[in-house]
This record gives sequence, C-alpha cells and structure tokens, in this order.
Amino acid sequence: MSLELFSQYIFAGITYGIIYAIVAIGFNIIYNTTGIINFAQGEFVMLGGMSAITLNYYLPLPLAIIGAVLFTMLIGALIEIVFIRWLKNPSVLRLIIITIGLSIIIREIALHVWGDTVRALPYFTGNVVSSVTILGAPISPQVLWVLAVCSCIVILLSLFFKFTPLGKEMQACASNRLAATLCGINAKNMVTFSFMLSAAIGAVAGCVVSPITSSEYDMGTGLAIKGFTVAVLGGLGNSLAAVAAGLLLGIIEAFSIAIGFPLAFQDAISISILLVILFVRPHGLFGNKEAASLKEF
Amino acid sequence: MGAKKITGIALLVVFVVAVQIATQLTGTSYYLTQLTMTMYSCLLIIGLCLVMGYAGQVSLGHAGFFAIGGYTSASLTTTNLLPALEGGSSWVSMLNSMGLLTAGSSMFGEPLLTVHPWLACLLAITITALIAFLVGIPVLKLKGHYLAMATLGFGIIIFRIVLAMEFFGEADGISDVPGFTLLPGLTVNGDIDNRVVNYYIAAAVLVTGFVLLLNLIDSRVGRALRAIHGAEDAADSMGINTARYKLYTFVISAVFAAVAGVLLTHYTGGISPSDAGVMKSVRYVAIVAIGGMASLWGALTMGGILNFLSLRGFFGSYDDAVFGTILIIIMLFAPEGVLRLTLWSKFKRQKKEKGS
Amino acid sequence: MMSRFRNSLMTLAIVACSALAVTFFSGCAKKEEAKDTIKVGAILAETGGASFLGGPEARTIRMMVEQINAAGGIHGQQIELIVKDSAASPDKAISFAKQLIEEENVIAILGPSTSGESMKLKSICEKAETILLSCGAAEVIVNPVAKWVFKTPQTDSFAAQKIFMEMNNLGISKIAILAGNTGFGKAGREQLKKFAPQFNIEIIEDEVYDKKSTDLSAVVTKIKANAAVQAVVNWSIVPAQAIVAKNMRQAGWDVPLFQSHGFGNVKYIEAAGEAAEGIIFPSGRLLAADVLTDDAPQKAVLKKYILDYETKYPGEKASTFGGHGFDAIMILAKAIENAGSSDKAKVRDAIENLKGFAGTGGVYNFSATDHNGLGIDAFEMMTVKDGKFVLYHQ
Repeated sequence: MSLELFSQYIFAGITYGIIYAIVAIGFNIIYNTTGIINFAQGEFVMLGGMSAITLNYYLPLPLAIIGAVLFTMLIGALIEIVFIRWLKNPSVLRLIIITIGLSIIIREIALHVWGDTVRALPYFTGNVVSSVTILGAPISPQVLWVLAVCSCIVILLSLFFKFTPLGKEMQACASNRLAATLCGINAKNMVTFSFMLSAAIGAVAGCVVSPITSSEYDMGTGLAIKGFTVAVLGGLGNSLAAVAAGLLLGIIEAFSIAIGFPLAFQDAISISILLVILFVRPHGLFGNKEAASLKEF
Repeated sequence: MGAKKITGIALLVVFVVAVQIATQLTGTSYYLTQLTMTMYSCLLIIGLCLVMGYAGQVSLGHAGFFAIGGYTSASLTTTNLLPALEGGSSWVSMLNSMGLLTAGSSMFGEPLLTVHPWLACLLAITITALIAFLVGIPVLKLKGHYLAMATLGFGIIIFRIVLAMEFFGEADGISDVPGFTLLPGLTVNGDIDNRVVNYYIAAAVLVTGFVLLLNLIDSRVGRALRAIHGAEDAADSMGINTARYKLYTFVISAVFAAVAGVLLTHYTGGISPSDAGVMKSVRYVAIVAIGGMASLWGALTMGGILNFLSLRGFFGSYDDAVFGTILIIIMLFAPEGVLRLTLWSKFKRQKKEKGS
Repeated sequence: MMSRFRNSLMTLAIVACSALAVTFFSGCAKKEEAKDTIKVGAILAETGGASFLGGPEARTIRMMVEQINAAGGIHGQQIELIVKDSAASPDKAISFAKQLIEEENVIAILGPSTSGESMKLKSICEKAETILLSCGAAEVIVNPVAKWVFKTPQTDSFAAQKIFMEMNNLGISKIAILAGNTGFGKAGREQLKKFAPQFNIEIIEDEVYDKKSTDLSAVVTKIKANAAVQAVVNWSIVPAQAIVAKNMRQAGWDVPLFQSHGFGNVKYIEAAGEAAEGIIFPSGRLLAADVLTDDAPQKAVLKKYILDYETKYPGEKASTFGGHGFDAIMILAKAIENAGSSDKAKVRDAIENLKGFAGTGGVYNFSATDHNGLGIDAFEMMTVKDGKFVLYHQ
C-alpha cells in the first residue's frame, strides 16, 4: 500500500471516528453528573442540525448555528425540568427508559415538523467538492472543522471542569451527590446544567457534521448507537478517551474496507471488537475499574 | 401450585376462550389474526420479563434471539433442496431417506423439497439456546450500562448478519415460508379457514409458557433470582451460584424468543431484517417496563394491549409517538407498572396496617 | 389472603377491561356498509425508514382520490380510501393486508412502498384474490407473474440495461458498482450483475454499504485505487446517493458517476450540491416534463400532476415516488371505468387488458405475461446541469 493510499484510509477513518467521538462526548457529560446514559442524545444532534438548517434560511450561517445551539439547550433544559427534575430517587433504569421514550417522541415530532426530506447545511469553508491535500490525500475542509471543533470542546470542557466554580460544583455532584448537597450545592440545578451542556454539545456536533452526513429526522438513533459504543469503548465518563476510542474505531472501520472485508459486515466487526474488549476490560479501554464499579443500575 | 395462581390461570384461559366466542358471535373473527400475532410477541415479552424483572439483567438484544429462531426456520423451510438431491448430494439423500425432508410446491407450481418444519424448529431452538449460552457466559458478567451495551451490540450483530447475507435474503428478508404442521390437522399458517385453530395454537403455547414461568419464579430458582436482584453480593455469599442462575434464565428467555420467532414466521409467512432491529428490542424492553418490570401478569397484559393496537394500526402514523408517550407517562407516574397503579392506594393502606 | 384477593381482583380487572375493549372494537367495525362506494386500501410507509417513498405516495393517492370523488366518482360510485401506515415494517404490512382484505373487503390494495413488504403480500393477495398494485421497484414482484399482483414503478432491469447502453455509447467497459443495503439496492445490484455480460461490461469492483452511512470516503478510496475503473454505478437511496457523489468529487475523482432511477427528486441535487453536476441516471419523464415535446403522450398528465401536487402541498416538489402512487390509483380508476363495475375479477381483467395508458412512469401496456406494463422506452437518460435535471441527449 502506497503512503498516499495509506493516508487516504487514515483520513477516511478520522472522518468516521471524529463524528462518533463528538456524539460520544455528549453522552459523557450527563453520565458524569447523573450516572445515566441519555438515549435522547442522538436527538440533540438531530435537533441541532435541523434547526440550524431552518434558521439558515433567514440568518447567516454563524448566527443560525448559535441560534440552533441555544434552541437545543432550551429543549435540553425543558426535558430535564419537565421529565426528570421532580422525580424522587428514580432508579437509573427508569431514567434510561424515560430518555428512550423521549427520543422516540422527539423523533416523531421532528418528522411532523420537518417532514422526511434530507437536508444539509452548506460547507463552512469552500463547498461540497473542495478538498485540502494532506500527505497526498485529499480531505474535505469540513473534516478539519469537525476535528477543530471537537478538540475545542474537549479542551474547553476540561478547563471548565477544572477551573470554573460551576464546573467544580458539577463534578462535586458527580462524585458524591449527598455531600455536595450538604455543602450547599444545588444538585438539581447541576443536573439541569449538565443536560443543557450536553444538548449544546450535541447541537454543535449536529451543525458541524451536517454538511458531511446530511441531516434528517431519524439520523439520531444511528448516531446515538455509534456514540454510545464509542463512549463505552473508551470508558464511560472520559471525554478524551471517547475521542481516542472514536478515532480508533473509525480507523479500524476504514482499514477493514481496505483489506477487502465486506462493507456490509462493517458494523458487525466494530461491535465484535467492542464486545471482546468489554469481556477483557469490562470498564472500557481507558476506563477506571474503580470508577466503573461505583456507577451501576 | 398455589390456589391464587390456579385462579389466575383459569381466568386467563376463560378469557382466551371468551374472546374467541365473542368474535364468533359478533362476526368479527378477523380480530383473531392480530390476536394470534400478538400472543406470539407476548411469548417473547414474558421471557424477557423473566430476565429483566426477576434476574435483574437488562437485555437490549432480544429481537436478535427472535430473529435467530425465525430466520433459521424460515431459511431451512424455503431453501429448495431438490436440485441438490438430483445433483447426487449424499447429505440431502440421507436426510430424505430419514424422512426429514418434505415435498411441496411453490405458488407457481414449481416442485420443492425442503427441510421438515419440525426439524427446522428444533434446530432453531437448539441454535438459539447454544448461542444464548455462549454469549451469556461473558455478557452476564458485565453490569449496568456495559451490560446494556453488550446486549445491544449482540442484537446489532445479528441484525447486520441477516441484512448482509444472501442466504437470509438481505434487505428483503424471506417470503413464502410454508405452514408448520405441528400434528396432522394442526398447521401454523395464515390461511383464513385456519384462523380459529391458529388462535388456539398460539394461546396454548402462550399459556403453557406462562405457567412454566410462573412456576419457575415460585420455585427455588425464583427465590434465588429475587435474592440476586435484591443484593447480588449478599446472595453470592449465601452460597447461591448467581452466575449460573443468571445464565439459565437468560437461556430460557432466549428460547422463548426463538419459539416466538419460529411460530410467528410460519404464521405470517415471512421474516425481515426489521424484526431483528434495535428498535424492536427497545420496544420489547419498554413493554416489560410498562408492565411493571417484575410482573409477569403486567408484561402479558401490556404486551397484549400495545401489540394488538399497533398491529391493528389503531394509531395510524402516530403509532411510535403514542408508544413513546405511554412509555414516559407510565415511567413518570407509575414506575411500578400500570397494573400496580390502580391498587396503589390499597397497597399503601395495607403497609400501614402492617406497620401499626 | 390479602394478596390472593388482590391477584384475583387484578385478573378480573384485566378480563373486564379486555372484554370491554373487544366489544368496543366490534362495535366500531360494525359500521353501516355504504353500498355505493368502492373500497380501496393502501399500505404505505408514511413514517419509518422508507418515508421518503411512502410519504409522497400517500399524499398523492389521497389527493387523486379527492379529485376523482369531487368529479363524481367512477360510474357514480365514490372511492372510499383506507390508508394504513406500515412504517416499512413487514409484520405490520401483513397484518394490515389481512385487515383490509378480510374486514374491509377492499377490491384492491395500493402499495406497499418497499419491495420487501411487497414480496410478503404477494402470496397473501394471490390467495385472497385481491388486486395488489405495488409501488416497489424490484422485478421479482411481477416476475414470475402472479395473477393478482401488479406494480407501477419502472423495472430495475430496464434501468440497468439503459445504463449499460449508455456505457456502450461512451466506450466504457470496466466499472465499479456500489449499492445500499436496502431492497432497492439489492435488486438493482442483482440486475446489474445479470446484464453486464450481455453488454460486454465487466464489473471489477462491487461493494454494498449501509443505507445510513454517514461518510463513504474509505469505499471511494478503495475503488479509486483500482485504476482500471472507468465509471461508477451507484444504486441507493438518499442520503447515501448524495454522499457517494460528494466523496468522489472531494477525492478529486472525475470518472462518470451513474445513479439509479431512484435519483428522482430535486432535493437530491440540493443535498449533493455541486457534486451532483454531471451525474447520469435513467429516469421516468416526470423530471423532464418541461422539455417534452407537446405531442408526447405523457406531457399533459405530468404537467397536471406536478401542478396539482405542488399547489396542494406547497414547499414540496413532485417526485417520481409520488408518481408511483399516482400511477397505482389512476390505473385502478381507469380499470374500474373500463370494467364497468367494481367487481374484483372484472377489474383485474381490465388492468391486464389496459393498453396505451399514459401515467407518470411511462405509457403502460399490460398483458397476461407483463404485470408492469412498462418497456425500456419509459426511461430517459438524464443528467444534472447547473443544479437542474436536463435530458442527457439534447
């Protein structure tokens, strides 16, 4: 295999992987503060993309994206306040099923609002046919956008959790909710914040991947499953690990095509790999065994 | 078997017969078609209820077991072995001389030689049980979200395999699956004049399965399972082999799913990849949750009502939306399941009485 | 004691509720059957994975039935349309088909939208002797011919042949095929493989990808690495067909890209943007309505359909998929008219004898051996130029 071809596969893998990773990060935020997996995360991605496309009819692209992110944050907050906040000691399984129900409803509403047509945001720079050549491999500038946005999110998140009071309070809630409440932290508000933050990240992801993947009302489920896979593969709760796991999975997928493995089995392969890893390291590739055993149903 | 259980089952049987007579009298026997399909789905759902409600293990891959059963039986009973027999395949002629093959003809009069449905059915169940056993050993060691992911992953792999293989008809699935003659005169198929018979076949299978599960949860195994659900570590230290009990219930529920898959496939005459899809698995889990998780009666009732309405097309294009709404409302206001809701106040009073 | 009481009570409650429900339903079902209506059923995937097909089909059929009824019906009889949404799930489609046949006694079922569902209903309708006018594309629906089963979309074998003819013109002999893992992609791929030798075309790369793929650059890289590939044929539905085009152009690869006749909606050009330029694909004449000559048999029908649809559903463009629904209902209406009655068997015979019927898909000539009624001439080769569909040969 020539270097050029090799780098083409690498970049194809990065394109797949970074999309998975950016969805996975959203899962991790809510998991970190509440210990639940929000199965409506894929719907946040869909809502971000679709509402940005609608807003883009009236507003320039950057404003449309900001509007879409705010809109999705609002939905995220509403979901938490209406469906989760007032529950008394809900079991994790109950919360998971509520989020599954929410994802179904959001998808059906989106179908009735936006219809079944496939749309896409315009490319942020250049257009659909433009490409940048790196190491002899052409790559769409949008992929670089996704990479950049994803890196920014990871960096900003770690800064946020380390240095801002709000971030520290959220982390306090995650590690010991009762103790945090005793220290005067409003744990319920922290959960609302985490939903807003996760919705915002989902929406940003939805906007930035829309030119590559296109957006439609039922894109959420597929992306959510991939995102969940990557989040678990990396070890739940760790955003940097999610990025690493996403890229790893993407590159494995790209090279499985390169060696002539039937594409139709692609998903089956990546999930088999995941299962094997889970059996050997039940807390994920980069996960912490102690931490994993603390958070259960 | 306790008296209350016998009363319950007797009422269930009476209900099944009453519905059939009612439809006969009102000239609406066509409801039996959807009721039959519903009962097969319920068979899967009560099996899943055992794993989720009693053993406390979530399985987001049960549509996969349904598909293994259905697809095995469908592919074996539709693959025409006649060319292979004429081509002198020793395997096929051996099976044929053992009476394991059955001759038939297609819709267009083309002669067919296929595996006998009974053999196909037994193979389907054996394969499913074996896969559930092999998958169960490592998967059931996982906990929480990791268990959810692993079972979900298993479901996706099965979905991908049936979608990708020509043998399983790829995206179109398998059509024209012949009827399954259980005994002479008792055939599982979708013919109109066979409707009542099929209704009772499905009911018999479902009630049998239900009774088996009711007995199971009242036995030593059931008590062990409840102990696992309550506090696994404690159960472990009491000498209960938790891993083995979990594995057994997982295999049993997989077999229930496979039987449902085999019979429903022969009844409707076809199976397709969407039957193995993630959304199907999620729906099954949701129905068990609506029924109250650890309630076989609840799972049976809710599975019956929701599947029946869905198959009737009662909610039209809003089927999924209505389902999602019901799911959320129940989880918000009656997490113990809809059946417990009506008795909630009574229950509380009783507790108070006990306390005082 | 208490718990036994509770349990029996619960069971009684279940029995009572269910009995009530059954009586309620049977009450519903016993509607007065109006004698002067013709009952027609439709099973379409309005929601779910194939809603891009079922949505326009259902909307078109509803619109046409309204029009027919407003104009006084057929022979003074109104059409009573019952649309069921299968969400592309075959078990629902089977249940609905039985409902329509056994309870509603419809004379015909329009749809379903996908080939997989259609194949499951083929034997059901054949046994129940009810007309099925499928909107699925795969050839297996009508080949072998079943007495009661017809279909309206152009057959994929003709689409494949049309593409190969064009390749012969262009001197292309080594190609790569890509297909989505849908019933549509599967059937198309089979036809391409079947006809390639007849046209001296060699398929040197062959890949099937997931219909929900978000990016296909690795596949494109793989087939591009084979320098002998002179053209690519992609057989899939949205959004993958746009993604293939994008990834090929981004990779700077400019071999001709052929798409299937499923590339039939202006929205797809929008989705693929500039990458759609130069895509060659066979298509019914719906997309070429404006450039047809005035004496072309389909011109009037197409113009009227497009105008009606886009007036009734503003913000939406008429597509070839809606056209499949249009053809299904109009063929049925015409056959009832010709048969002079709404008797199932007579209407079926009338469909089989229908000749020279101009629909959106082409000019239909049915016969006892041809239940699709369209020939290869139903297709025009089209291409995309400046963001618009135009005829390839002008």
